Amino acid sequence: MVNIHTLENGLTILTNEIHHAPVVSHWVWYRVGSRNELPGKTGISHWVEHMQFKGTEKYPVDILDAEISKAGGLWNAMTYLDWTSYYETLPADQIDIAIKLEADRMKNSTFNPHETELERTVVISEREGNENEPLFRLSESMRHAAFSHHPYAHEVIGEMADLKKITRDELYNHYQNYYNPSNAVLAVAGDFSTELLLEQIEIAYADVPANPVMKHAIKPEPELLQSERVIVEGPGETVFLEIAYRAPSASNEDFIPLMVLDSLLTGPSSLSMVGGGSVSNKISRLYQKLVEKDVAMSVSGGLQTTIDPYLYTILFIASPDQDIDQIIHAVDHEFASIMDNCIGESDVERAKKQARALFAYGSESITNQAFWIGYSAMFAEPSWFEDYLKNIEQVTMERICEVAEKYLINNNRIIGIYQPEGRNINHGQ
Amino acid sequence: MDNKHFSCSNIPGPDNIKQSTLANGIQILSYQNMNAETIYMIGILSNGGDCDPPQKKGLAHFTANLLSRGTRGIPFQQFHTLIESAGANLAFGCSSRHTWFRGKSLAEDLGLLIKLASDAFRAPAFKDEYVERLRRQLLASLALRDQDTGENASLLFDQSLFKDHPYAYPVDGYVESVASIIRENILDFHHTTYRPQELSIVISGAVTHQKITRLAEKYFSAWEIKEKNTAKPMETIPQAPASMIRKHRFLPGKSQVDLIAGGFGPKRNSSDFVPAYIGNNILGQFGLMGRIGKRVRSQAGLAYFASSSVSAWADTGTWDISAGVNPENTQKAIDLIRDEINRFISEDVLEEELENSKSHLIGRMPIALETNAGIANAILKMHRFNLGFDYYRKYQTMLGDVTPQEIRRVAKKYLRPDQLVITSAGPGEEQL
Repeated sequence: MVNIHTLENGLTILTNEIHHAPVVSHWVWYRVGSRNELPGKTGISHWVEHMQFKGTEKYPVDILDAEISKAGGLWNAMTYLDWTSYYETLPADQIDIAIKLEADRMKNSTFNPHETELERTVVISEREGNENEPLFRLSESMRHAAFSHHPYAHEVIGEMADLKKITRDELYNHYQNYYNPSNAVLAVAGDFSTELLLEQIEIAYADVPANPVMKHAIKPEPELLQSERVIVEGPGETVFLEIAYRAPSASNEDFIPLMVLDSLLTGPSSLSMVGGGSVSNKISRLYQKLVEKDVAMSVSGGLQTTIDPYLYTILFIASPDQDIDQIIHAVDHEFASIMDNCIGESDVERAKKQARALFAYGSESITNQAFWIGYSAMFAEPSWFEDYLKNIEQVTMERICEVAEKYLINNNRIIGIYQPEGRNINHGQ
Repeated sequence: MDNKHFSCSNIPGPDNIKQSTLANGIQILSYQNMNAETIYMIGILSNGGDCDPPQKKGLAHFTANLLSRGTRGIPFQQFHTLIESAGANLAFGCSSRHTWFRGKSLAEDLGLLIKLASDAFRAPAFKDEYVERLRRQLLASLALRDQDTGENASLLFDQSLFKDHPYAYPVDGYVESVASIIRENILDFHHTTYRPQELSIVISGAVTHQKITRLAEKYFSAWEIKEKNTAKPMETIPQAPASMIRKHRFLPGKSQVDLIAGGFGPKRNSSDFVPAYIGNNILGQFGLMGRIGKRVRSQAGLAYFASSSVSAWADTGTWDISAGVNPENTQKAIDLIRDEINRFISEDVLEEELENSKSHLIGRMPIALETNAGIANAILKMHRFNLGFDYYRKYQTMLGDVTPQEIRRVAKKYLRPDQLVITSAGPGEEQL
């Protein structure tokens, strides 16, 4: 049961008491991600996240580094399209450290210029590691093609050119603007008393002022008018085919039916970003039609929970001698059959049970419980998490066909192909 | 050391780990955890890539992966319809020493999971169609491995350190060996290496031991004991290198070099293990990747990741440091890593560092044991390495007893800056 509290400075606090293990997971979520970045400043939100580990006056870098760890805690951070989050999972009696540390670095990170320059090369190194991966290179090109001006066009890590020139002051200004209580959600799950926890939080955040947050207006992305193909060449002997359809935002009523449809097409996937479990996809429709028929090596797919409409992607791995157009035609054929009402009631029931099981796996750890309640608040309301299974249960065959007809259309997609350099892959236009 | 968060109440131990043995020798271990409506199951068989014939590297892996492609009684389609319709997961695989299955399901579906695991292990179909399809998939994953800088650095490291020992070879084999495996090889491998008396099953979840044993008897008892008719080839752990080994595999079109530097480490049940485990935490884990992370990432800004790890098995182990760096900084990173190792073996770690690491390792245990997967893996570790089922109950005392001098002693024994194996892959001139 999630309880909601709001401090005078605007900080929203979500709590969920769970007493089966002496563990607490504490997350601070900020409503800032690559969605809030301007051209020339891509990657700035992620870099700010790195700088949050560089210390405050009260918790200098070495102390900050040690405090959570020596308490037996695990901690890390993530930057995504719409949000940035910081978490600590600790023994229950050590929660005060996490509360004090996060309250302090919400306002007092120093962004030391020397540390900023050192972190520039670390972030560039992180990007170079990503560039080693064919799928990162394909994904980056696909997003450039899928969005004409929305910031979702850029990878969270940012463009290399921007990473080389963003300044310390730009980072600090980004931090000062977005890291404010009214732009944050604190989510805690685990073995605590809510009353005592709220007292600790109120004391820690008493001096954090309620500053206004300036956000740039984001113009809605126009509809795609025609399909586009993106070809990326690189080393290797493997072909990747990604088909990306524009998809609804997480709060849109079509999102859950589209999730169930994805489960039928490519297999169920968990929305959790901190593990929990998975279910294989060997009886999914596209696996059966493509992998079992030796047209592709593997298939996977997924939706992202985002504030603005993003992408539903389906990824195939193929060998260079496989016919890419045959894969695309098979996908189109399968979609056409779904639109002709070829979904059985048992298929839908299976997808629902899979969703229930994934939800149970994802709810097993305290870290996942705290993740879910804060995560939901980033793209919808905290109740999105609590209503998730109920909403899944309400999906009907008719709704699945409706969303298939609405989103899985050729003009609404980008086709991306990563192919080995110098190899003549069979794909037309 | 502040260990007030340490409590034995939920830690698996002799009083809450239940054991039984089926008539055919299969050992069942379980832990009843009613906090979640799920179960997690692991089964391990004491044979893996170490049983691969020399020209058929990858055979154990190929065989294990075929187990989920249908059985003589349950065709592929039905097998996966049953699993996926239950929202369950059942995967098969192998390591150098073991073949395993891992499954997760809602507690109500445990019977299904055990039935399918049993059928897959005892009576796989190995149909030609699936042999050939899987071969294509395995070759595709080898093509991906071939382009992965981290995988290449790791393969080079294992080959350089372990020479002809089974740990030198990748369990997924090579393109040539996987291409040469025929169905008869698979049938023969399964027949000679899958024996019930060498299988252990560990289950944690919302289910009683009585029910688990009943289900295991129902589905596994038809599997008859098989005598060993092949002996594993003799194995010798090679001597540590007499001098430094440096190898680099050139991979075109990459932006970053993946780098590994290290050597042998202690066995899992050696008295050196715990000091090495704590020492490793200080060297390359604690906080933001310990001393190595501080030096290579935080102070020099050379890498996004730079950390150390200890891997320990029944007969040997490794202790190594890995990092991902810009090609221009490879040598600089190697120099910093060697310098940190030198410091680590020349001076005792500080009392404060030691206490912090102990506190971290002890304190995080409840987090590691909060899920069924965490509990099952902990029980398996105690069982596999004969650590005793009170291992995690004694954990705090064991770690508490380690001194800075002991850490320095084991560090000097295993981390030798002039005898390191240093391998890398990515841009840069090939050096093999």
